[in-house]
Amino acid sequence: MSQVTTQPSISQVWDWLDAVPDPEIPVISLVDLGIIRDVAWEGGTLVVTVTPTYSGCPATSVIAMDIETALRDRGITDLLLKTQISPAWTTDWLTEKGRTKLEEYGIAPPQPAGGPEKCPRCGSKDVTRVSQFGSTPCKAHWRCQDCLEPFDYFKCI
Amino acid sequence: MTREDAFFQFLLRMGDNTLILGHRVSEWCGHAPVLEEDIALANTALDLIGQTQMWLGLAGEVQGEGRTADDLAFLRDAWDFRNVLLCEVPNGDFGRTLMRQFLFDAWHSIQLGRLMKSSDERVAAIAEKASKEVAYHLERSADTVVGLGDGTEESHRRMQEALDYLWPYVGEMFQSDDVDAEMVKAGIAPDPASLREEYDVLVSRILGDATLIIPDSSFAHKGGRTGAMHTEHLGHLLTQMQWLQRVYPGAKW
Repeated sequence: MSQVTTQPSISQVWDWLDAVPDPEIPVISLVDLGIIRDVAWEGGTLVVTVTPTYSGCPATSVIAMDIETALRDRGITDLLLKTQISPAWTTDWLTEKGRTKLEEYGIAPPQPAGGPEKCPRCGSKDVTRVSQFGSTPCKAHWRCQDCLEPFDYFKCI
Repeated sequence: MTREDAFFQFLLRMGDNTLILGHRVSEWCGHAPVLEEDIALANTALDLIGQTQMWLGLAGEVQGEGRTADDLAFLRDAWDFRNVLLCEVPNGDFGRTLMRQFLFDAWHSIQLGRLMKSSDERVAAIAEKASKEVAYHLERSADTVVGLGDGTEESHRRMQEALDYLWPYVGEMFQSDDVDAEMVKAGIAPDPASLREEYDVLVSRILGDATLIIPDSSFAHKGGRTGAMHTEHLGHLLTQMQWLQRVYPGAKW
């Protein structure tokens, strides 16, 4: 563990947080997911404001722990995590980088139309919904009619 | 009754509805007819429990006696619960569970829409968060009610039976008392009766599409949201939900 002698810049902290993977979808970072609402120094205290994705998402407490661990490893000892529920999280806050990574990983990114644009594996547009809910609260279950593979779709909210 | 007392009661009503219904729906975990439905029910239950943490968390804050959401969920007995009776009735078959979900979701979505304009910004923030999840619940429960109602002879019969059984529990959601009057005065929450018209339009449309007939009776079982008289089912539910904290008080993990 390195000791911090000068206060790291806010953009440095954002970079560190961008290296913390989402516990359920490790291919994207917490920053990609759009749940880090603010990073600020209040005197000697680093305040990180986080918004939950779904109110009952069990990953929320793991995320808080991961943020704390990552920042302590960087030498930040005086840390305050704040939860902010309004404005409510929306998939509009997913970064472009996050959307690309999701698709490469096999999860179709959210679309305003309410369903995936195409199969994340073969690119076919002939897709059908299996279930409105999927393996985590943020996803629904779809299937490609061409390559016949089932896949996760990141729900648009 | 002081403003704070009424506010506390109102928050218990919101949080107990989602807690008790969330627990009921979670009883399907591992038992639903197909895997996708099992996952959908578990996800719905999870959203409701998450919303409970926000409502009961705020209730504890407003009451100011240092009680947490967990204390309120696990250390109260049946007579202190304020959920409507609709939320505590047993699941019955899959059709009845989804019919109950639809009848509740329809009310819940309208109520949260109104609460987003609450004069209390904490209430408005919770409502804004929850309403996104509930819009999704309503879409699914309405689709399923139509699919099963306008389905096979057997599924239609079961859905009509479910509606006949559950309809007398609908009226309680729209009854008002002095708690509600206080909330209306403070601009915190709407008068429950004022939601009825919008509810009837929505529910009639979906049940019409489902080829189901709404029973011609305005009789309403009541006593849940005031705590005057719950059904016998709530106590049985609580024995399951609360046993760990009862046997091992204060247990944490």
